[in-house]
Amino acid sequence: MTHGANLEITSAPAGTSPSASEHGANRVAELALPGLPVRDLRVKEQRSLWGNAWRQFRKHKLAMVGLVLFVFMLLATFVGSPLYPQDIDTIDFMVSDTGVSWAHPFGADSLGRDILARILWGGRISLAVGIVAALVSILLGTAIGAIAGFFGGVTDTLLMRFTDLFISLPQVPLLLVISFLYRDAFYGFFEDRTGTGVTGIFVLIVLVIGVLSWMPTARLVRASFLATKQKEFVEAAESMGATRSSQIFRHILPNVLSPIIVAATLGVGAAIITESALSFLGLGFPSNVPTWGSMLLEAKDRLEIAPHEALFPGMMIFLTVLSINYVGDGLRDALDPRKTS
Amino acid sequence: MGRYLIRRAVISIVTLITISMVVYGILAIAPGDPLSGFANNPNVPPELRERIRQTMGLDDPIHVQYLRWAKAYVQGDWLQSYSAKIPVRDYVMSRLPTTLMISGSAFLLSMIVAIPIGVLSAIKQYSLFDQSASTFAFLGFSIPTFFSGLLLILVFSVYLDWLPFVYDSQVTGFWPNVKQSIMPIAVLGLAGAAQLMRFVRASMLETISQDYVRTARAKGLRESPVIVLHAMRNALIPVVTVLALQVPELFGGAIITEQIFRIPGIGRALIDGIYSKDVPVVMAITFGIAVLVVVFNVIADILYAALDPRIRYS
Repeated sequence: MTHGANLEITSAPAGTSPSASEHGANRVAELALPGLPVRDLRVKEQRSLWGNAWRQFRKHKLAMVGLVLFVFMLLATFVGSPLYPQDIDTIDFMVSDTGVSWAHPFGADSLGRDILARILWGGRISLAVGIVAALVSILLGTAIGAIAGFFGGVTDTLLMRFTDLFISLPQVPLLLVISFLYRDAFYGFFEDRTGTGVTGIFVLIVLVIGVLSWMPTARLVRASFLATKQKEFVEAAESMGATRSSQIFRHILPNVLSPIIVAATLGVGAAIITESALSFLGLGFPSNVPTWGSMLLEAKDRLEIAPHEALFPGMMIFLTVLSINYVGDGLRDALDPRKTS
Repeated sequence: MGRYLIRRAVISIVTLITISMVVYGILAIAPGDPLSGFANNPNVPPELRERIRQTMGLDDPIHVQYLRWAKAYVQGDWLQSYSAKIPVRDYVMSRLPTTLMISGSAFLLSMIVAIPIGVLSAIKQYSLFDQSASTFAFLGFSIPTFFSGLLLILVFSVYLDWLPFVYDSQVTGFWPNVKQSIMPIAVLGLAGAAQLMRFVRASMLETISQDYVRTARAKGLRESPVIVLHAMRNALIPVVTVLALQVPELFGGAIITEQIFRIPGIGRALIDGIYSKDVPVVMAITFGIAVLVVVFNVIADILYAALDPRIRYS
């Protein structure tokens, strides 16, 4: 009985609105001059969640600038680097430490190597590390948070204790220790199997950053899962026989996706800074692999002679991270349903 | 409260023991010989090297090594450094004052900058002041310290020649010490201020819209007591908690700053220790930071309860 009553109440306003808009559409049709196309207002009213978010995102000017800048960085490094004619390792002592010129738009370093070529080449590594490490971190955090929040009980307690333990780890020192001490082992392992040892360093750094940074995401996802699990629509899905995985992936996860997307975006910027810091300390990629951080390391003791060697890679890190942070800021506003107009 | 503290203490100790095992394991399993420096030194005969290995216990199983370290640590002895050949405790303690001075000043600087600006930004939300402050905060935490440090060196040491860019621990006198500390403190402090400012602003914005603030205005109070006594006092409670949690992070940040300005502090000792796989040194510093993280976590929770009467632990 109560079910029927509920249905009637909820269906009443839902039933009135289409007829009202139908009426409106008919009036438009009557008023429209013959031969002119009639715009159906009802179709325009339908907006998807993502369409809404995109409309909202476009209003955030700095976020749009950030997005354009970030896409430009991706294109410049991944597409531009193979197309750019200069080589990253060609040594030319005639031009060592020279500044901006036609032949070398960003100048040359102490060995006369083209800085723009090295920045584009190394940018692929910095960006790829940032994106993949953020993915690892988000996947770990989402999986652990979702399991803890959905199943609750002992599972939740154990997983949250595990999360607390990871939060208490001294992250920066551990990051440095692991990436330096296991560098040669990963390099050798991957050189034997894939032929390129640098892949090993990539895997090591991505894993270390990811494994040491998933905890805030896990807490966030757990809290969202706990709150969403109580909602009627999940109960309804469960009572209609939705399996656990369908409840998790089809019903709960899409509703908690917004903060995860924002965290993932900001995570990319943080991971790029972490990788650059590792390389800057000489603990990341080996010195023959130019990354933005290692170029800064080479330039740091030569600021008096050749400041451009530090300025260009440093600006690249700064602009990339800044653009990502603005995109994250814009996404936070765009995906917040309370702000949707 | 008493029972809560006991429970927290037990959990903290278990956490720290686990962390020490994890960190020791990571260090001890890692490939690389801490005495490889000796191996290349022709003046050290192989027999002597063997004897050193034995006295250091480098060939024992890992759990034996760990237990020896743990036993010594609990007794306040941090073993001998492999490379510096002095007790780790003396080595770390000799490096600590410099790091504490730089990090402590940076911590103060970030508070002095962030709290007033954050509060003003919130009071004048969307004003020109708020917008420029927010922009600077955004720039501030997008720029990595290792780049902002180099920029400061470029401007103040290379072009203007006002400040020295290499930190010299032998320098005496107040003024020369201030001059060589300004840039590291500024880099570390402003990076912290950028984060803190956004937090203060958000907390203040939330408080300002509370009913009791409107009531205070409605009963005819002037604006300044409303802001300072009613809003700020409450808005700063979560800020205090965040500040307590930031203390251990200062040491993490110091690692990079000390590398830029070549400051002989804890961070430098850690990097040098990692390069030479000096397990006792790395262990002492890493575990020291872990202790700080755990202790300040508890302190943050206690402060929160002490400042906010609505929160009671049982």
